[in-house]
Amino acid sequence: MEFSKTKLFALVSLRLVIGWHFFYEGMVKILNPAWTSKAYLLDSGGFLKEIFGWIALNDAVLWVVDAMNAWGLMLIGFSLLIGLFTNISAISGMILLFFYYLSHPALPGIEYLFPVDGSYFIVNKTIVELFALFVIFAFPTSQNIGLERFYDKAKNTRA
Amino acid sequence: MNQDNNNKKGISRRDLLAGLASLPVLGVLGYGLHLQSQDRKKFNSSRLHNLNIQIPKGIPLLVDGPQLRLGIVGSGSRGRYIMKALGFVNPARIDEWTSNASKDKYWKEYLNEFLSQKNLNVKVTAICDVFDKNAGSGLAAAANIHRNGSSGQMADIPKRFLTYPELCASPEVDAVIIATPDHLHVPIAIEAAKHGKHVYCEKPLSWTVEETFEIRKVVKDTGIIFQLGHQGRQTESYQVARSLINQDVIGKISLIEVCTNRNDPNGAWVYDIDPEANENSIDWKQFIGPAPWHDFSPERFFRWRCWWDYSTGLSGDLFTHEYDALNQILDLGIPHSAAASGGIYFYKDGRTVPDVLNMAFEYPKRDLTLLYSATLSSEKNRGKTIMGHDAWMELDETLTVYPDRSSTRYRKEIEQGFLEPGKPFYSYVPGQDKVDAITTPTEKYFAGRGLLYTYRDGKTVDTTHLHLREWLNCIRLNNGAQPSCNIDQAFEEAITAHMGTISYHENRRTFWDEVNEKII
Repeated sequence: MEFSKTKLFALVSLRLVIGWHFFYEGMVKILNPAWTSKAYLLDSGGFLKEIFGWIALNDAVLWVVDAMNAWGLMLIGFSLLIGLFTNISAISGMILLFFYYLSHPALPGIEYLFPVDGSYFIVNKTIVELFALFVIFAFPTSQNIGLERFYDKAKNTRA
Repeated sequence: MNQDNNNKKGISRRDLLAGLASLPVLGVLGYGLHLQSQDRKKFNSSRLHNLNIQIPKGIPLLVDGPQLRLGIVGSGSRGRYIMKALGFVNPARIDEWTSNASKDKYWKEYLNEFLSQKNLNVKVTAICDVFDKNAGSGLAAAANIHRNGSSGQMADIPKRFLTYPELCASPEVDAVIIATPDHLHVPIAIEAAKHGKHVYCEKPLSWTVEETFEIRKVVKDTGIIFQLGHQGRQTESYQVARSLINQDVIGKISLIEVCTNRNDPNGAWVYDIDPEANENSIDWKQFIGPAPWHDFSPERFFRWRCWWDYSTGLSGDLFTHEYDALNQILDLGIPHSAAASGGIYFYKDGRTVPDVLNMAFEYPKRDLTLLYSATLSSEKNRGKTIMGHDAWMELDETLTVYPDRSSTRYRKEIEQGFLEPGKPFYSYVPGQDKVDAITTPTEKYFAGRGLLYTYRDGKTVDTTHLHLREWLNCIRLNNGAQPSCNIDQAFEEAITAHMGTISYHENRRTFWDEVNEKII
């Protein structure tokens, strides 16, 4: 896709900061063997509260969810950072963020133990990041800045 | 802008730069992760991991043996709660719970918890209550051995005894559960023990000092299995607290603060008066028992906790819960002295027991003070706090330990910034298989707020059920095994509470003469 310099800079920056966020969150969890989403899940609100609570209290399920979450975050972040398979990463990231949102929706009347860093109604930072990933998906830049450039190049060369 | 490049074959220098442009970011992130892991390493090498903490391992099994036949003396609200913990509930109540459960998730869980409660292999063969309505309700619950609603199958209604001596003498009864007002605990317990019946008695043990000695002697002489109804003995966090303190996690303890904070009529013992209560439906003379005579008074009958004539006040009724928890954790025993003060400051409803009470118990041999502070007209939550030189411990269903800024033991960790004064560094939530050493801000936050879950093996378990089970297990084992709140623990509980009460009444400090076993 062709972009002006400013647009490309804006889109690549957005991709990198989200990648940065995902990758670091994922790695911190992977590197800490004691990390678990248990408390976060137990603190869930909204209409799926019970399902998240069930996950939290089932050790085997929790183990799978924790592993998928940590490795998912890391791989999505890594992909966005290096610029490879970013379309699938962006979609996966949106799905992951949607689950976070379902667990802690910003709806009036729901209070969480963990404090909220602002005032939100329906839209919170999770939703903002989710839609930012949608932009990454709609305007892919990894063929411009990223490893996909070589992949693309190789394809063109073959053709 | 890269259209030109794409049209050319091969990878240009420009392609290389553009393709790898973002990789330096990984270096920065790598550095960030390195810093993070350094912190973690420091933590892993710290002394917090070298503890051997004893975590309760699930629910003890039920000991096999013949079905035990129980007699219940006092089937009022507490008596019926105990019956529920044994597996017997009035079918009308089950109907009510079922109807609620269809609309409300809380009630659904409540009902399911009761229905899935382990069968203790007991039956209630005798009920004694001086109020006809309570007796009837207890009998209906006792007959409901299949935990059915009123349309379900019931067993035969057990026998109602009009007086407790008759119940205690009955050959149909192996063990007696006492859930009466305080002034009747010991007379009934002595009667039961003299007939060789095992006893589960609600707290506090006794109403007077003299009878405390009597019941201890009778229980020891007869060799019955006695359990006092402090179900807090089954609270996991107390067992964990004991383990942590034994390993010197909080340092030398100088002060313990325990409290009662209630602020509603029910909590202040102003219970509803049943419209069916009258001189015909209540055996008033038997209710009075050893208490000074008073003409029939439904108010005194239902709100007996408000009068010294039948009650032991805040000290016997509520402080004993706190005391027994600490006696379990620290083996406190009877204090050297007690000083109490307080008054009737809010509920000026004719009661004689104070609604605000403060008591200080001194333990010079242990170099510590146990402080109790209670009000029935404020719910400002003040939990149980055990204060050590190195850390303090807050206790509830959950347990949280906070390092002290001036700790000697943790000085290095605090200097390194690894421990933050005032931020929790250990937490325990019931049902977990470990005590968490807390590191991340999220963990600290959740621990500080105390996630209140009473899970054991992933399920909520009624501590009264566990406490009864322990008593029944000791009866069935019949090998000298004693329940956790046995007569010695009960004796310490009662004497401590009496020392506080006497101090309040006589407006002086009371002392325990250890050698002559006397309150002076």
